[in-house]
Amino acid sequence: MIRLNDLKISYRIGGRTIDAVDGVTLTIPDNCVVGIAGESGSGKSTLMKAIYGDIQSPMSFSRGSIDYGLKGTDGKPVTAENVRKEWFKTISYIPQSSMNSLNPVIRIREQFVDFPGTDSDKKRVLERARAYIGKLGLPPEAMDSYPHQLSGGMRQRMMIALATFFQPELIIADEPTTALDVVVQKDILMLLMELQEEMGNTILVVSHDMGVHYQVTHKMLIMYAGRVVEYGDTDSVFADPQHAYTKMLIDSLPTIGDDSMRGVIASQAGAGGDRAYRVEPNLIEVKPGHFVAQPARQKEGALA
Amino acid sequence: MSVILQTEGLNKIYRLGGFMRSKPIQALNDVNITVESDKPVVIAVVGESGSGKTTLAKTLLRLETPTSGRAIVYDQVVAGQGAIPSKKDFLGLVQPIFQNPFEAFSRYRPVDVYLEETARRVAGMDGIQAENAVTEALKNVGLSYEEVRGKYTAQFSGGELQRISVARALIPDPKLIVADEPVSMIDASRRMIIINLFKRLRDEAGRSFVYITHDLATAYYISDYVAVMNKGRVVEFGPARKVMSDPKHDYTRLLLSSIPTTTSRWRERKRIAS
Repeated sequence: MIRLNDLKISYRIGGRTIDAVDGVTLTIPDNCVVGIAGESGSGKSTLMKAIYGDIQSPMSFSRGSIDYGLKGTDGKPVTAENVRKEWFKTISYIPQSSMNSLNPVIRIREQFVDFPGTDSDKKRVLERARAYIGKLGLPPEAMDSYPHQLSGGMRQRMMIALATFFQPELIIADEPTTALDVVVQKDILMLLMELQEEMGNTILVVSHDMGVHYQVTHKMLIMYAGRVVEYGDTDSVFADPQHAYTKMLIDSLPTIGDDSMRGVIASQAGAGGDRAYRVEPNLIEVKPGHFVAQPARQKEGALA
Repeated sequence: MSVILQTEGLNKIYRLGGFMRSKPIQALNDVNITVESDKPVVIAVVGESGSGKTTLAKTLLRLETPTSGRAIVYDQVVAGQGAIPSKKDFLGLVQPIFQNPFEAFSRYRPVDVYLEETARRVAGMDGIQAENAVTEALKNVGLSYEEVRGKYTAQFSGGELQRISVARALIPDPKLIVADEPVSMIDASRRMIIINLFKRLRDEAGRSFVYITHDLATAYYISDYVAVMNKGRVVEFGPARKVMSDPKHDYTRLLLSSIPTTTSRWRERKRIAS
């Protein structure tokens, strides 16, 4: 179980401070896929970076804490201070456009044995890795290739293989399929779901595609302007969205076969009145496990 | 009835690799589509990367010369053998909108300069006419000249900038606009603003569109016709609603079944203990 307590992450740019994540308090249970949605600038990628422990200038931890509830490889609890040592082992990250994140000048197999502190017997690691990528639907020869020799879908599978090889307790996937075609995207998402069910770990998936969220997640987290506007079980959030912004996101794209065009109207209405979506940081439980934030008070809206 | 778009045996072969050992890639393989209509239409071209849809767009925009075959837009041969219109006439007939508006405009020049240049050079207007045309075009996309004048790309959001791209394309009064993935760089929640703009321009301003996309849902919403491409071929072509509600080709079925919808799941999700 991961607990975020009043988390505030800021960027300092040219003397100005921007709070990209502004007072997020949240509990993420074990063994589930949590989807994070919101438009560009809503703070979703910043929140993921903070959980991953990748806070670098100009980004800074201004307030709050993260309670991972995880044990590291050395048996000690994972904290915000030592989380970096657990990268790839207890917690791993599949970055945005990750198909381009493989080192282009070395073979894939060298990237597998490159992790610090893994099994010292490289041969054994490689054998295991070869077997593992086979399970993920990649030919064993892919291990001996350079990244450019693989297609985008294969590279994405390879990144998922790297990120899941050590069976981490927590995986953060930031737009894992955005650059892929729908057919490949479905394969990759099915693979992620299978791996999660097998490992019983927690995966946080950032995506702007509500269809992707509906397909793969158990819980949904909707963010707007650095704050959580809604959080709850996926079925409940899609069947009965509580916040106007969530409704707008769900309805913002047309559906094949649906000529009612309900969503299109919603997205047009939402195009201008953005201030109306701003919320207070605290969440109210409206149904068991389904939380929604209250509208921002006028005073704060005027300041922002 | 006029021929809005027709391609006749369109082929495009790229050569990949060195001079001695080049490998041919058939990007377009005998593409034949015909759209005849009295009313302006939106023609969607859908398919995965590498399916040839961008090559088709580039051929229609005369950015690539077809290896063989020809393309006709509004009864004029625009590409391939017998292509008649001069560059200026062509740009008055067909205009492009590209995927990434941040790359379509230079970062170092105010964007309104592009609009004014299009009015002067392509449409051959003088100063006052150009000013009026730019004002009118921006009004058409829901912007005012004051909001745009003297500003650079970094001062706009992707959606606003794409609307400016549309405004620019409207200035020479083209009959057909070829839009290559115009919304894939825009936030999902804002895409419909651009899509609805296309729809309005078709219904109220009489523009036809070739809408290149991998997003079948927006294609379903806006298109009159759809061409499904796979490996350089058009595997299915017809009225959009008919093709997408009753697909005949396996590849079209595969594409449609791969769309993540919010109505039915690919597979059961195991319940979690919360």
